[in-house]
Amino acid sequence: MKIFVPLDSAAKALGADDVADAIAREARARGLDLHLVRNGTRGMVWLEPLVEIDTPQGRIGYGNVTPDQVPDLLDGRLNSLGRVEDIDWFARQTRLTFARCGVIDPLDLDDYAANGGLVGLRRALTMTKAQIVQEVIDSGLRGRGGAGFPTGIKWKTVSEAEAPQKYIVCNADEGDSGTFADRMIIEGDPFQLIEGMAIAGLGVGATRGYVYLRSEYPDAIAILTRAVSIARQRGLLGPDVLGSGRAFEMEVRTGAGAYVCGEETSLLNSLEGKRGTVRAKPPLPALQGFLGQPTVVNNVISLTTIPVIFERGAAHYADFGLGRSRGTVTLQIAGNVKRGGLFETAFGLTLGQVVNEIGGGTASGRPVKAVQVGGPLGAYMPVEKFHTPMGYEEFDQNGGLIGHAGLVVFDDSVDMLRMARFAMEFCAVESCGKCTPCRIGAVRGVETIDRIAQGDPAAIPLLTDLCETMKDGSLCALGGFTPFPVMSALTNFPDDFATYREAAE
Amino acid sequence: MHVNAPAPTEEEIRSVVTPLASLEGPLLPMLHALQDVYGYVPQECVPVLADVLNLGRAEIHGVISFYHDFRAHPTGRHVLKICRAEACQSMGANALAESTLQKLGIGWHDTTANGAVTVEPVYCLGMCACAPAAMVDGRVVGRVDDARMDRILAEVGA
Repeated sequence: MKIFVPLDSAAKALGADDVADAIAREARARGLDLHLVRNGTRGMVWLEPLVEIDTPQGRIGYGNVTPDQVPDLLDGRLNSLGRVEDIDWFARQTRLTFARCGVIDPLDLDDYAANGGLVGLRRALTMTKAQIVQEVIDSGLRGRGGAGFPTGIKWKTVSEAEAPQKYIVCNADEGDSGTFADRMIIEGDPFQLIEGMAIAGLGVGATRGYVYLRSEYPDAIAILTRAVSIARQRGLLGPDVLGSGRAFEMEVRTGAGAYVCGEETSLLNSLEGKRGTVRAKPPLPALQGFLGQPTVVNNVISLTTIPVIFERGAAHYADFGLGRSRGTVTLQIAGNVKRGGLFETAFGLTLGQVVNEIGGGTASGRPVKAVQVGGPLGAYMPVEKFHTPMGYEEFDQNGGLIGHAGLVVFDDSVDMLRMARFAMEFCAVESCGKCTPCRIGAVRGVETIDRIAQGDPAAIPLLTDLCETMKDGSLCALGGFTPFPVMSALTNFPDDFATYREAAE
Repeated sequence: MHVNAPAPTEEEIRSVVTPLASLEGPLLPMLHALQDVYGYVPQECVPVLADVLNLGRAEIHGVISFYHDFRAHPTGRHVLKICRAEACQSMGANALAESTLQKLGIGWHDTTANGAVTVEPVYCLGMCACAPAAMVDGRVVGRVDDARMDRILAEVGA
């Protein structure tokens, strides 16, 4: 009997380990021949722990399983959700990057290869550097970390640079609230990241890579570290990648709790062992990155999408999407939402469809008031903007940004002045201190919002002016984008700012 | 755990950090290694690291103090981190944190009088679809309500 219980940390946070223990215990007591696989998550966090039993009809799912339900589960008396692939929430997706996540044993390289893994890398090994870079350009892939910069163009710059050593750095400092795609794919399909980094290394002529993984993700660190050592033993990494005679080696590095290190230049400083302050650009990291050498800095989802592009071809990937947003977007539906989780789909669904149809509205059952899209630096979108399609340019036109595609839903009990204050407070705590608009501006921002809260109407134009300064004058997106949540709260939810004023008058 | 431990000697500190000296950018891995051993980064490490890496002491201090992770003091026997980020706030994290700190009679970063637990804020554990979240000594817990928090506090002996 083959049973799958996810090892994903969200599943574990909801009791998956206890369920796995109970299954092993019960199977032993019954003398069952049990093959327990700890898979990644399918992304349906609202159903976790989601246990699957392998049957001739396919993998049958059981949602929100508790340890005391295990006897019934093994007796076949527990209500099932049917085949996991047929669950509507799952069936509606286009799983390209997350195709294997939740399906395979994350640390079984043979299972990985049997499910399409390494096909992309083997193909890349037959291509020239220029052909590899062109393939990425043709796919239309844009950096999934938030900025949306074309990945192929970045690779081209590094590829054409002359240097004794080049680097691939994976940005796995996923600090944005509402995002967990990086964590999920690292825990559920780590070899895909390793394969993507190896292809990047071939494309730009880099022989060393680093994954900068945040310390808040201990499970992901453990799994990826194991995967790297397996990949090394099996010849996927090392001086002779898959017997090609070409070298690629990589290492996992742990962050230290600084949000700003998700910014690429600050990440590079941190990786070098310095304070994680932001560097002025130029020089671009593509030319002078880690230790001053040409460096590709890509997000986890960008790099894990690379093997898919090389396996299926650039055209196949580019066929999905909307306008200049090609391929799929890994939506992370989070916060106060009934059916939260990771939903991979082609760009183009509207915000309202995502929140109401897929997410099922709020978990509390109260009306939705705001959705913060793109993390702590993203705008609060009101229900009136639910027609906005999920696309980089489309969001930009509606005063928002997609960022890493995390959505945090809030019900009508949220106080938007308090959220605006939190955005400034967070910026003040996390500012690296290098540029004045961010370091001082965020502190003044908190004070100014407190003045608004105390009923000082003169503080509103002051806040607007301050936000302009931060937006135009900050070195990086932390100071530059903090005005997004603040100003969107102020303009879309003026009542929350007015109530205080009127109350004071 | 480490409250009453004697201050580490230079020799001990060197034995922890020198195996990492050949890494590219070794300082963060060294600081993590020291914190793994001692539970915090003792002040005695600063001159040793400065010597090993040929950097100024101020430089080392600057790095240690930049990052939230590195502590200057020992913690209680357990560390409880409560997420304060937006997704958790949307599910009542502020009230949860307030009531937890009140129950324990401490503030953020403080340790309970019996030395059982230190409470720290954290900004996002990636549990945004099962908020609010907390982490106890590296183990994540999702959908934390008052009852679940009480169980956690009982487990750590707070």
